[in-house]
Amino acid sequence: MLAILGLAVTRDENTQDRLLRAVQERAADLQASLAENDWAGATALIDQLADIRNQALYDEVACLTQTLHSTLLDLQLDAGNPHTEEVSQIDDASERLHYVLKMTEKAANDTMDLVESSAPLINYISYEAQSLTADWQRFTRREMPLNEFKELARRVEAFLLRSLHDSDQISGHLNDILLAQSFQDLTGQVIKRVTELIGYVDESLLRMGNMARSVDQVAGIEHDQAALQQGNKMQQSRSRGEGPQIRADKAEDIVSDQVDVDDLLSSLGL
Amino acid sequence: MNKNMKILIVDDFSTMRRIIKNLLRDLGFTNTEEADDGSTALPMLQSGNFDFLVTDWNMPQMTGIELLRAVRADDRLKHLPVLMVTAEAKRDQIIEAAQAGVNGYVVKPFTAQALQDKIEKIFERVNG
Repeated sequence: MLAILGLAVTRDENTQDRLLRAVQERAADLQASLAENDWAGATALIDQLADIRNQALYDEVACLTQTLHSTLLDLQLDAGNPHTEEVSQIDDASERLHYVLKMTEKAANDTMDLVESSAPLINYISYEAQSLTADWQRFTRREMPLNEFKELARRVEAFLLRSLHDSDQISGHLNDILLAQSFQDLTGQVIKRVTELIGYVDESLLRMGNMARSVDQVAGIEHDQAALQQGNKMQQSRSRGEGPQIRADKAEDIVSDQVDVDDLLSSLGL
Repeated sequence: MNKNMKILIVDDFSTMRRIIKNLLRDLGFTNTEEADDGSTALPMLQSGNFDFLVTDWNMPQMTGIELLRAVRADDRLKHLPVLMVTAEAKRDQIIEAAQAGVNGYVVKPFTAQALQDKIEKIFERVNG
């Protein structure tokens, strides 16, 4: 506990520098003791150095665990925290993203429902207008007998009535399609908050990484980087795919559009 | 081109399957079926007399590229025309798909015109 309290005061001085200074200060004395065969004096100096090194190590570890605890507390992930029944920020972010997934899917489906129910109405108007135009032109060229004209007049009236009704309906569908786009506002807000959280987590992990590195330096530990990389679960097999490329214009190994794809394929003879 | 040909649409997102199905219907192809993953698509292909496969790349169980390889390795399916419609846009991936025997490759987001062009081109070659 004293180590932690002491730490707050001396934190601004680099632990490794302090350690180095202590060794340098005692190096001459140690050499002198050894030259004079003063074994007890040399042992005392070595013990002192070991104590200083241990203290430095405790200080660094204490600092690391302190940061770890405060980060976990901030993210509400701390197992010892009495408020753990509160949902953690990461869980909360997952839930929020799930909401985005649901909202965007619903908006897409609603829009497609409306387009699908509008299409037959428009098809009817287009089909019947074509057929009436042909007959109407026969009438204006005076090529239509009276009994056929009566039938044409009845069809024109039916067409006008139905067009009135259907265009109302289509206009309603267009309005609903417009409204379905309101998902963008809601999901945009959610994504902004999750982005902020990711930024904070990134910063915290970076800070802890730096502290862990300083513990390693003081303790003289070196990790096998290759073995650490090998255990990286995020590195997936290539056949899994990578998903949409969001920086297609900045990366050279990524096609920017369909024209690019077609060029590449034709260069391969496809 | 035979407008009655049987087409399998494979994508893990139902909205994307629906978009492709609608675009195909607009082009006059109404005989379509859907699968949500390569692993469910393969048995359908093996027992379903399909004439054309439209598949995504990135899917949870069996990916589109694995499905393509399985199709090319199956004696009864190896000549099936395959169009990949995917967000995967790395040059290496497109080359990988070409080497695995894909007939066409459309990157998302795509236009109705791009889809139509690729389908026409594929069947010109297949029938030509």
